[in-house]
Amino acid sequence: MKFVDEFRDAGTARVLATKIAALCEPGRHYKFMEVCGGHTHTIYKHGLEDYLPETVSLVHGPGCPVCVIPMGRVDDAIAIAEHDDVILTSFGDMMRVPGGRGSFFDSKAAGADIRMVYSPLDALKVARRNPDKRVVFMAIGFETTAPSTAMTVLRAAADGIENFSIFCNHVTIIPAIKAILDSPDLRLDGFIGPGHVSTVIGCRPYDFISAREGKPLVCAGFEPLDILQSVYQLLLQLGEGRCEVENQYSRVVPWDGNPKALQVIGEVMELRPHFEWRGLGFISQSALQVKAKYATFDAERIFNVPGVRVADPKACQCGEVLKGVLKPWECKVFGTACTPETPIGTCMVSSEGACAAYYNFGRFSRERVKEATHS
Amino acid sequence: MCLGIPGEVIELMAEHEDLAMVSVEGVKRAVNIGLLREDGVLDLAPGDWILIHVGFALSKIDEAEAKASLDFLTGLGDAYTEELEALAASDIT
Repeated sequence: MKFVDEFRDAGTARVLATKIAALCEPGRHYKFMEVCGGHTHTIYKHGLEDYLPETVSLVHGPGCPVCVIPMGRVDDAIAIAEHDDVILTSFGDMMRVPGGRGSFFDSKAAGADIRMVYSPLDALKVARRNPDKRVVFMAIGFETTAPSTAMTVLRAAADGIENFSIFCNHVTIIPAIKAILDSPDLRLDGFIGPGHVSTVIGCRPYDFISAREGKPLVCAGFEPLDILQSVYQLLLQLGEGRCEVENQYSRVVPWDGNPKALQVIGEVMELRPHFEWRGLGFISQSALQVKAKYATFDAERIFNVPGVRVADPKACQCGEVLKGVLKPWECKVFGTACTPETPIGTCMVSSEGACAAYYNFGRFSRERVKEATHS
Repeated sequence: MCLGIPGEVIELMAEHEDLAMVSVEGVKRAVNIGLLREDGVLDLAPGDWILIHVGFALSKIDEAEAKASLDFLTGLGDAYTEELEALAASDIT
C-alpha cells in the first residue's frame, strides 16, 4: 500500500530529520511533550529520538489511562469484587496494576470472581448470562473509552438489565494537561496532541494551550512519520512566531470530534468535583461519574466503597515520569526492583506506560549504543 | 486497551441494531457502530474501514489509513497480539 510506505519510509524520515535540524535555532533547547502513551510507544519502538537533534527532547506525558489510576481505586474495586455475589469485569491491562492490597490477579487468586473482558459489551453479556450475580465493569480510560462505557450503560438501561453496573474511573485529558502546565518543574515548548482522544473531543478543546499558555499543539497520528512530521510542524510554528492548534492526523481526527460520542458521554456521565490521579494528586473536574439518572448502574452508589487513599510506594517515581519531569530510566527502581513482570508502579504495567515502553524497546538501543561505543 | 484496531465492514447486521460484521486481519467479528450515527443517520457501508476501540467503531477511516495502522500495529508485537486475541475471544452479539 502506497500510504504505508509513505508513513514508514526511512528516506522520508531522514529528509524530515534534516528539515527538523534546520529549523532548530542554534543554542536553543526544545522540549515537546507527547501526551499520549500510544505515541510514547511509537517513539521508543522506532527509536525516533535518534532522528532528532540533541537539542530537541521528547517528554512523556500522562496519557496512559492505566498508569493514572491511584492505588486506592484498585483497592475499592477489589472490595467490590470481594462480595460473594459479584463478578468484577476488567480490561486485561488493569489486572496487574498494584493496589495497596495487591492486584486484581492477586485478588482473583484469593478467590474473587474477576474476569477479563475486551469490551464493556462483553461485561454486559456476562451480566445477561448470570442473572443471579451482580456484574460490575471496571470502567477506565480517557475520552477514547468513555463513550463505549456510556453506550453500554444505555444498552443495559434499554434492555432492563438490572444486575449490571460500572465502577466509573473515566478521566479527562484537558485537566491533566492543565496540571502539567501548572507544574513548576517543567518548561515545555509545545505538545504532540493525543490522536485517538481527539477523535472524540476534536481539536477545539486544546485552544487554550495556544491562546492562553502560548504553546503550539499538533494532533498526531501513530506512524513514525506522523510523529516526526508533528515535531516539524511544532518547530515551524515556533520559528515563524506562530502558536496554533494544528491537526496532523486529519485523515482520522475530525476537527469537531465525534458529536455522537460526546452526546452519549453527556447523557450518562458528569464531571466529578475532583479525582485523584496516581502521581499527580487530586485534580479538580478531571474525571467522570455516573449521573443520578443512571444511579442503578453506578457501582459506587450500589456498594459501600471504602474510598481509601493509599500513598504510592516511596521507591516509585511514576508521578515524576507521568509529569515528564523524570525519564523512565532515571527512576531508582527502573529495571531492577520494577520490571514488567514485577511492576511497582503503573508506568511499568501498561504497554503504553513510558517505563514499559522504554524497558521493552529503549534498553535494546541503549545496549546498542554501548556496543557501538565499545567497538 | 487503548490501541485502535482498523477493520473493514463486511455487512451491517440487520437483525442486531447498531452491529456490523467487520473483518480484522481476516477474523470476522461483530462491532458496535452506534457511535458513528449522527442525528440517527448512519453513513456506513460494506467496504468502509473503521477504527475499532474496545468493541466500538470510534471513527470511519480511509483504507490507506487502515492499512497503515495495521502495519504499525503488527509491528507492536505482544501488545497487538494480546489485543487481537482479546478481540477474537469477544462475542458481543
